[in-house]
Amino acid sequence: MTNHLDVTTTSLAPDDAVIDLRDVVKEYPGDPPTRVLHGVDLVVRRRELLAIVGPSGSGKSTLLHIIGTLDRPTSGEVRIAGHDVARLPDRQLSALRAREIGFVFQQFFLLPGMSAVDSVADGLLYTGRRLRDRRARANEALERVGLGHRLDYNTEKLSGGERQRVAIARALVGEPLVVLADEPTGNLDTRSGDAIVGLLHQLNHGGSTIVVITHDHDIARNLPRQVAMRDGLIESDVGQDPGHPRETMGGVAR
Amino acid sequence: MSATVPPLGPPAGDGATVTGGRAGLVPSGLHPGDLFRVASVGLRSRRVRASLSALGIAIGIAAMMAVLGISESSKSHLLAALDNLGTNLLVVEPGEGFVGNEDAVLPITAETMLRRIAPVEEVSSVTSVDVTVLRTDLAPSEQTGGITVKAADTRLLDTLVGEMADGEWLDDTRSRLPVVVLGSVAAERLGISDVGDGVQVWLGGRWFTVIGIMEPFELAPDLDTSAIIGRDIATAELGTAETPGTVYLRTDPDKVDDVQAVIAPTANPDNPDQVQVSRPSDAIEARAAASNTFTALFLGLGAVALLVGGVGIANVMVISVLERRSEIGLRRALGATRRHVSMQFLSEALLLSAAGGVAGVVLGAAVTAVYDVVRGWEIVVPAAGLAGGIAAALAIGAVAGLYPATRAARLAPTDALRTV
Repeated sequence: MTNHLDVTTTSLAPDDAVIDLRDVVKEYPGDPPTRVLHGVDLVVRRRELLAIVGPSGSGKSTLLHIIGTLDRPTSGEVRIAGHDVARLPDRQLSALRAREIGFVFQQFFLLPGMSAVDSVADGLLYTGRRLRDRRARANEALERVGLGHRLDYNTEKLSGGERQRVAIARALVGEPLVVLADEPTGNLDTRSGDAIVGLLHQLNHGGSTIVVITHDHDIARNLPRQVAMRDGLIESDVGQDPGHPRETMGGVAR
Repeated sequence: MSATVPPLGPPAGDGATVTGGRAGLVPSGLHPGDLFRVASVGLRSRRVRASLSALGIAIGIAAMMAVLGISESSKSHLLAALDNLGTNLLVVEPGEGFVGNEDAVLPITAETMLRRIAPVEEVSSVTSVDVTVLRTDLAPSEQTGGITVKAADTRLLDTLVGEMADGEWLDDTRSRLPVVVLGSVAAERLGISDVGDGVQVWLGGRWFTVIGIMEPFELAPDLDTSAIIGRDIATAELGTAETPGTVYLRTDPDKVDDVQAVIAPTANPDNPDQVQVSRPSDAIEARAAASNTFTALFLGLGAVALLVGGVGIANVMVISVLERRSEIGLRRALGATRRHVSMQFLSEALLLSAAGGVAGVVLGAAVTAVYDVVRGWEIVVPAAGLAGGIAAALAIGAVAGLYPATRAARLAPTDALRTV
């Protein structure tokens, strides 16, 4: 039944769109309601590496929550991995996150008292895989982020940069269609931050689709595509995948 | 417009498609082992708090277990004693009857008549002797210490299944001699602990040698305060009536009720209403049953302790949910459903209460065992109490965990991830 629903898509987006937002508006209730997104259109294709950059209050965090299906828009259409989010109940959105979306947070959000392997294996906890399988995949993921020598370390004993690598490995371990990184370098010193950005580039070359949310234009500049936000709108969108040129700035082909 | 989205393949290229070609979007349940692991994360990282909140449950369960265990032990001890003493002893005494005759006596033939009832196996009787027993002839005669003198036949000890603490019981020869056997309390009050060197007492104006001291009688406690002399010397030299004062009967255990019904007309055909029949084992059974009142009271107290323990767990869980907002947010981001989250916190509460329940049951059983050993009883730990204790703890845990778990599940992921 779910499959049936999935294939009746009427998306006009390119076939390889992982993220497809149409006129997304988000208001928070109040008197008057606070409108934080004023109609955002955004398409992200597979294997893209892009930054959503903007000052605080620009709506980029809200946009991240909507892309990550942690929140729903007030109006507009959101398709993630081909699924119309509006038509999925909470349970199915959870399953969508478990399989297709990886999250990296500024605060790492590693649970205390756990080894690196178990922390990463938790990225697969809600996918129904068995512990042995989860740990094997976690080992591989840690190798990919360059922490093969820290597998059994308690994450509390790792440096900030290493912790963020663990968190990135956790986001990658399920091989999601898209990784959403929210200020991934925000809690790191410049060197560790640069290393993390380098890692994201490397993972992108390996085929991962990565969206980085940041307020830091220096970081954004180093990424192939930058979507700049201001006051709940996309101000500019430069450096799109040359294989898929855009017709208009800040929007999608119609 | 594309009706289908072609396969794109994730980075590793295992052939999955954007459209959820991976078996649809049905959330996976947690395997039991994973649920246990997830539920114990919070406990492992907050050990002191977890132990303290489990302690509340442990105390409640231990209190209830100990009360149940001790009451069961006491009951089983009483019933075992009763088994030993037999429930087929009947005591026949003169009663006041309808006319309030305070001087009623059993006819002299009563004992013989009662012996003729077929299921009656043994008969023995005692008669009060109207004299005092004193430690020496110099003691004032009113200082009897509440000890009564009774004349008994030689069968009394066997009929009552009595035991001698020291010395010997009366036999046919000694019944004619000035010798006395003391009940346990009587011996104590007279200050006589053994019969070693022919100790004598001043009884009815002459010296009687103490030849034996009896163990307490569970079924005839009034004999404990008695000094018992032979019926022959009592009638011959102290002028005691030959009418039996109290008759003890042992009957066929299966026909006690039948015998009880015919005793009065048999013992005193003229005035059957002036015969009082009792069954001392009834009193012990009543005592075994009576301990239930106290048990209920203490069980109630234990239940209150358990309830308080449950409130403690609920309290700790609510705080835990508040503190672990970001963990909840993270789990939702990792794909946990509301149900996954509520199951996690509910299981955590259940783990806490189960730990408390097991500790409480062990503690309660230990208290029971120590108490039983001190009292010299057989150790009885009720199995139903063990299972019931753990079940009660789990029930409390489930109730206590329900609200925090629901709260955790309702938390919106975006709120949970927002750092303050």
